Amino acid sequence: MADEHHKDIDAVTGTATTGHDWDGIRELNTPLPRWWLWTFYITIVWAIGYWVVYPAWPLLTGSTEGITAWHARSAVVTDLAELKTQRGPLMDKLASASLPEIAGSPQLLDFARAQGRVAFADNCAPCHGAGGGGTKGYPNLNDDDWLWGGKITDIEQTIRFGARSGHDKARQGNMPGFNGVLKPNEISAVADFARSLSGLPAEAGADLALGKKLFADNCAVCHGDAGKGNRELGAPNLTDKIWLYASDKATIEQGILNGRGAVMPNWEGRLSEPVIKALAVYVYTFGGGEK
Amino acid sequence: MTQLEELVREAEVKATPQSAAPQPAFMEESDDDGPLYAARRNIYPQSVSGFFRNIKWAVLGVTLGIYYLLPFVRWDRGPDAPSQAVLIDFPNRRFYFFFIELWPQEVYYLTGLLILAAIGLFLMNALAGRIWCGYLCPQTVWTDLFYAIERFFEGDRREHMKRDAGPWTVQKVAFKAAKHITWIMVAWWTGGAWVLYFADAPTLVKELASGTAPFAAYLWIGILTVSTYTLAGYMREQVCLYMCPWPRIQAALTDEYALNVTYRYDRGEPRCSVKKSEQLRAAGKSAGDCVDCLQCVHVCPTGVDIRGGANLGCIQCGLCIDACDRVMEKLGRPAGLIAYDTDLNIQARREGKPMMFKLVRWRTSLYAAIIAIAGGIMIFTLATRDSEGISVIHDRNPMYVRLSDGAVRNAYTIRIVNKQLKSREFILSVDGIPSTLIDYVGLPPRADGRQLVTVGPDQTKEVRVMVTDYSPTPPAPSTTVLFSLIDIDSGATAQMRDHFFGP
Repeated sequence: MADEHHKDIDAVTGTATTGHDWDGIRELNTPLPRWWLWTFYITIVWAIGYWVVYPAWPLLTGSTEGITAWHARSAVVTDLAELKTQRGPLMDKLASASLPEIAGSPQLLDFARAQGRVAFADNCAPCHGAGGGGTKGYPNLNDDDWLWGGKITDIEQTIRFGARSGHDKARQGNMPGFNGVLKPNEISAVADFARSLSGLPAEAGADLALGKKLFADNCAVCHGDAGKGNRELGAPNLTDKIWLYASDKATIEQGILNGRGAVMPNWEGRLSEPVIKALAVYVYTFGGGEK
Repeated sequence: MTQLEELVREAEVKATPQSAAPQPAFMEESDDDGPLYAARRNIYPQSVSGFFRNIKWAVLGVTLGIYYLLPFVRWDRGPDAPSQAVLIDFPNRRFYFFFIELWPQEVYYLTGLLILAAIGLFLMNALAGRIWCGYLCPQTVWTDLFYAIERFFEGDRREHMKRDAGPWTVQKVAFKAAKHITWIMVAWWTGGAWVLYFADAPTLVKELASGTAPFAAYLWIGILTVSTYTLAGYMREQVCLYMCPWPRIQAALTDEYALNVTYRYDRGEPRCSVKKSEQLRAAGKSAGDCVDCLQCVHVCPTGVDIRGGANLGCIQCGLCIDACDRVMEKLGRPAGLIAYDTDLNIQARREGKPMMFKLVRWRTSLYAAIIAIAGGIMIFTLATRDSEGISVIHDRNPMYVRLSDGAVRNAYTIRIVNKQLKSREFILSVDGIPSTLIDYVGLPPRADGRQLVTVGPDQTKEVRVMVTDYSPTPPAPSTTVLFSLIDIDSGATAQMRDHFFGP
């Protein structure tokens, strides 16, 4: 850079130029204030502070620790421990209170529902759906139709021990298959009769009298003479508008032919006591809970 | 220093070439490649008295008085709310301003305030230039206060310059120490007043005095002490010149009718001494009124020579007007050589036309109208806003539930807002579904059978409700329903639309 250039003074403004010349256009030199430079140096010094305080430089097997030895992982552990301490008193209450006590206390109810919401999403939603809406073969927990009982204690028992889970105290009861026991035309007649129990129309030429007789002989032992079901055995009420699998004749015939025996796992031993209670409260407050 | 030395010194100052623009003194830093960074030039503004100085004192007193004392003003709101007139209550998420209480979801009033502030700045600018910069800006007000403290301890311009240039003496150290201690005390009070807006002021003052205040209070006092001391004691005009975006923006907002602090060069030029102007005038030649006494430059807090015309460094505080008017008064010449004026008027006077001051014009009318509309909307919504509110979230999964008897049920989470400072009881109803039943989860009906929701003073409450359609015909896939929340005592109602879904 030629020295004489920066002696150039712009005639109009009286300001020195940088000496750079682009096709006759020259740049005025209006330097930044010096404190700006200092501020820049201070930010550099500040950055060095991070090396001292936090893990910074990668080494062969790890990194420099810094005086605080802060790690995202240990910070999470600390935060979770703190959360546990915060929730401790309410969790203890939840563990010791009876279910009716929980339902009767607004504070415990809110807490249990909040806990239950999370636990439900983690453990129950894969089968029952995010809002407990259920799907074919997996009961809707929002309605007022319960296979094993809709009182809060019933719900807790089902969650705790499961259904056909293999646990000693599990809900037991199977819908056997009638393949070989009933002839195809008989199965068709029973299916027609089962549909008629809830007011669904029968097929043309359906033998409802035969269906009624076969139902009384084979099905009423679990489903009841009137088809109202039996919660002791998890036998569904066939007279209501809710169908666990589907209400079409083919699905019903399939159930009669092959039987049904859906399994719900037992959660005792996998989930802690307060969480099981919270789940029971949460499911109970979906809207179908019985007094 | 003798009188002679003073005169010599003054003559030297005058002899220093004053360039038109405010020019950082980088020349002394130049090296072969030219200077990249310029050192700050010390500014020693001379004290001045006059009309605009009095306005500045008044504004300084009022604004700082409000700032330091407002947290102590009390406002009785009853037992369930703080009694501080102006309080930003972060832990409880409330903002109190006398009779107004704002919730976080009403932050749009802040948007309204920001609109008012922006357009207010535009309007000031269109009327009379940088009124904000010259009189109201916190940077200006605190710097002005710090300059006053500096002059109190270190003397006026000339005395201060002389001492700074002289050797270090016990007296110099004592004066400077006293100045800095006072500055830090003012800065500390500034930070102290700041934190009082975020907690009950008398309680916090007691806690601060006894050392039991929260750490955040001390931290913020510390931060604001440092920033006030630095910005008002050292950075001063550098903030206006380099940091603040407003000088750049205002250049785009001014127009030919906006009044600006203007050197009336039509009257002032050519500059010459009193004696020379008498000679020139006697000889029938023209002579300007400006005697080049540099008083306007010496009083300037940003070190600008206003005679160079409007420029970035000028905050338009009007102190040069006061200084020039005093000189003109002594010389027996009319005041107003520097005044709030426009370039158009300078041209008009040169051409012998009448001066024109046009404060009402499209630009100012539009700004005033926007301020009136925005302010009007804010006042109207504030005056007519409800003290109860309802928001409804429909269950996302499942959208509807079929019950065993065939009825269809939808579930909603409803949040009820009670902005009054007393506990209230609400009843909920839903319209749009022919035969409905509302169930509350975990909220048993009262002895008289009524299903009421109680919401505590200044609180919200979330309830889960289930709405069942019992009509024999199945509902449409989607029906619009209207939730009404009714205060059973006053009958005040809040409503929210939602949907009822069916198969």
